This record gives sequence, structure tokens and C-alpha cells, in this order.
Amino acid sequence: MSAIPRNQWYVAAYSAEIEHALFSRTICDEPILFWRTESGDVVANSDRCVHRRFPLSQAPSRLVDDTVVCGYHGFTYGSDGKCVAVPGQTRVPRSARLTSYPVEELDSLVWVWIGDPALADRSRIPRATYLDTEGYTTVRGMEPLAARFSLLVDNLLDLSHETYLHGGYIGTPEVASTPITTEVDDDAGIVYVSRHMDDAECPPFYATSTGLEGRIARWQDIEYTPPCLYKLHSRIAPVGSVPNADGTDPDAFHVEVVYAITPETEHSTHDFWMVARDFALDDEEVSAFFADNNRTVVLQDVVALDVLEQVIQHEPPGYQELSINIDTGGLAARRMLARMVGETPRNAPAGHTR
Amino acid sequence: MTGRADIPEAPPVLHGERVYRIHWVLGTDQLRAVCHCGAERIFDDPVELWEWLLGHPEGHLTGAAGPPSPPRALAHAHT
Repeated sequence: MSAIPRNQWYVAAYSAEIEHALFSRTICDEPILFWRTESGDVVANSDRCVHRRFPLSQAPSRLVDDTVVCGYHGFTYGSDGKCVAVPGQTRVPRSARLTSYPVEELDSLVWVWIGDPALADRSRIPRATYLDTEGYTTVRGMEPLAARFSLLVDNLLDLSHETYLHGGYIGTPEVASTPITTEVDDDAGIVYVSRHMDDAECPPFYATSTGLEGRIARWQDIEYTPPCLYKLHSRIAPVGSVPNADGTDPDAFHVEVVYAITPETEHSTHDFWMVARDFALDDEEVSAFFADNNRTVVLQDVVALDVLEQVIQHEPPGYQELSINIDTGGLAARRMLARMVGETPRNAPAGHTR
Repeated sequence: MTGRADIPEAPPVLHGERVYRIHWVLGTDQLRAVCHCGAERIFDDPVELWEWLLGHPEGHLTGAAGPPSPPRALAHAHT
């Protein structure tokens, strides 16, 4: 049984990746062909010709205006997936149509709906407006992960691992030793994990980028909307500083770390990562620093999770993990994901079906 | 653990009608589960905690289930 939830929105690409050219990416085990039409819209269709399954992204397949011409026998499809020409005959079979996917472009992200198109509700797409708005500067990347997506969910929902796996970058002793509060809204589909360190060592990742020295207030607020979008609201401020009652927070530096956790297959994942900040907006050195350091941190996770995937694949079934306090948020996320695929997770009971 | 009893718990962020809250009790190794119905209970194990929370309403009589909760520190409101 698949562990990938269907009838869900997933980030398929960054907006900047999709131009008026053929672009292919496998999402949730489905090979999907994207292009940006001449009118500027992103379209998504199956990347397999209905005739003999030749990949439409594979040369000599090509884009001609807003049609894609299969490089094997010349079947030609419009941007809606409908076949408009076949070789050697004038009648186009009615069943000659590519599977078409609902697509939405929001906040510099291209979202694709995996599942029954009739159920695609665009209002359910979680937002991260700071990725594409004035007042923030964003750096980003994407790393291939040879591990199931749930391992990255586990990893990101418990940031105490920063102390050990990412020491010297974002980890300090306080991260693993500060109590957390977990909130779960089943109706809204949100897991929220707060760790507020009011007097903490400043890790190099933030000391270099903010210029703050010595002890800091460091707040980490995770907002995860399963299955795909993970947001870490990171607040870095002088010790003793708190936001004003009206919500303004002039003494603090805000870094919004976003991950889009998109299954490629059952055992591999697209690890999209973004770091948006509200300070030093035009400072290219700070941008380069965040990009280099966050990529380093992501790759540290990739190495660890790739190993873990192999361990899991080769262990006998029925292994019982141990969960402790730091796993409270991760267990909540597992439970939501399990419910999405109709399963009961091993280490957390499923919620009542609604 | 570096938690101190005088540090307030983080204030609620989610405001739906069916929100579960789990507080890591400051200065201890315990978790305090708060159901959306108002029932609270202290746990040592997050797996047992989730079983109890999701078993609502079984055993969720407010104030009658499980060991008593420790006094709660006043939470600062912030946005």
C-alpha cells in the first residue's frame, strides 16, 4: 500500500524553473510534463505519449507554440492534454488525451494536485506569501533525497536534532534542552510546535547573518500543513526583547525557513528549501551566506536520511521505535499523514475519521 | 533540561474548535496534554498521551481524569 497521500496539493517546482520549454518531474510516482504557455500560465500533463508511452520531455519531442509533438511518432497534444494530430490519418481517436493535472502558481511555487481533479480545491493550498513579496529576500534550492518523504517530516518536526547533526551551523545546546509546546488542529490540518529559547547561545548561522553577538532570544515556531508545506518561523532578537502588543517587532530579525516536502516515489523525495529574511535585503553577502549554509545543513540531513532509508528497507518488518517528549509534534504529523492514506501508524493512533 | 518554573508557557497559537495542546512541563520530563474539551492529564510517554487524547471523550471528564496537573504559570500574550 502506498504511503503517499493522494488528493493533495504538492509543490512540483519553483515558478522560475518553468519557462516556455518542456520540463519534466516525477511527483508522487507520476511523471509529469510542465511548460509555461505563451500566455504565461503553467500547464501540467502526463509525460507519456498515449500511443507508445514515449516521454514527451525526451528529445526529439519538442514544444511547438503551445503544443507538444512526440519525438517518436509525432502525436501532437495541446496544453489541455487533448491530442490534436496523429500521424498519417485525419481522425484523432477520442481517447487520445494526456492525463491533465490541476496546477496553481502561488508565492513563487508551482503546486500540482495529485488525485481526482474534481476534488482539487485551490483554497486548500497553504500560503507562504513572504516568498514572493516586498520586504523579504529569499534564497532557495532543491536537493534530491533518496529517502521516503516521511523521514524528512520526522526530521523537520523535531529540531532537537540540530544540536547533534548540525552543530556548528544552526545547532546549539539549548535547542535540544528547551521544552516545547505542541498544538494540533485536526480540522485545519496544522501541527504547530513552539520552542522559545529566551536566553540562548547564538549559532554561527545567525551570528554571521544578523551581527548579533553573545546570548540571544531564539524562537522557533514550526507550522506544518501535511503533507507538503513546512514553515519554520525563526525569530532572533536581543535577550529580553519581545514583540510589541500591536504585533510589530522592530528589535528582532525574522527568518522564514520553508520546506516543500514532495514525494518523488515511495522511496525518494524532492527536498525544496527556502530561506526568506526581513533584514539586509539587498546584501548579497548575506544572501550567499544563507544559501551556502542552509544548503550545507540540508545536505547533512540528506546524508543521514539516505542512510536511514537503507536501514529501514533492509530491516525485518515490525521494528518498534521508541518515542520520547521531543517526538510529540512528529507523532502528530505521522498520525495526520497516516489518516490521509487510510492507515493507523505504528507509534501513534489514528484520529477519528471525519 | 534548562527549563525554569518562572518561564511562562508559550501562549496558544491555533484557535480552532478542536485543538489539542501538549505542553512539556517546564523543569520536568513530563508532558501535559490538554484536550479541546478542557480535560487535562500528565504523561511520561507521548505515545500513551496521544492514545488518551484521541480517545476523547473516553476518560475525559474535566478535572476527574488522571493525576492532577501542576500549577500553571501565567502566559504572556504576544503576537
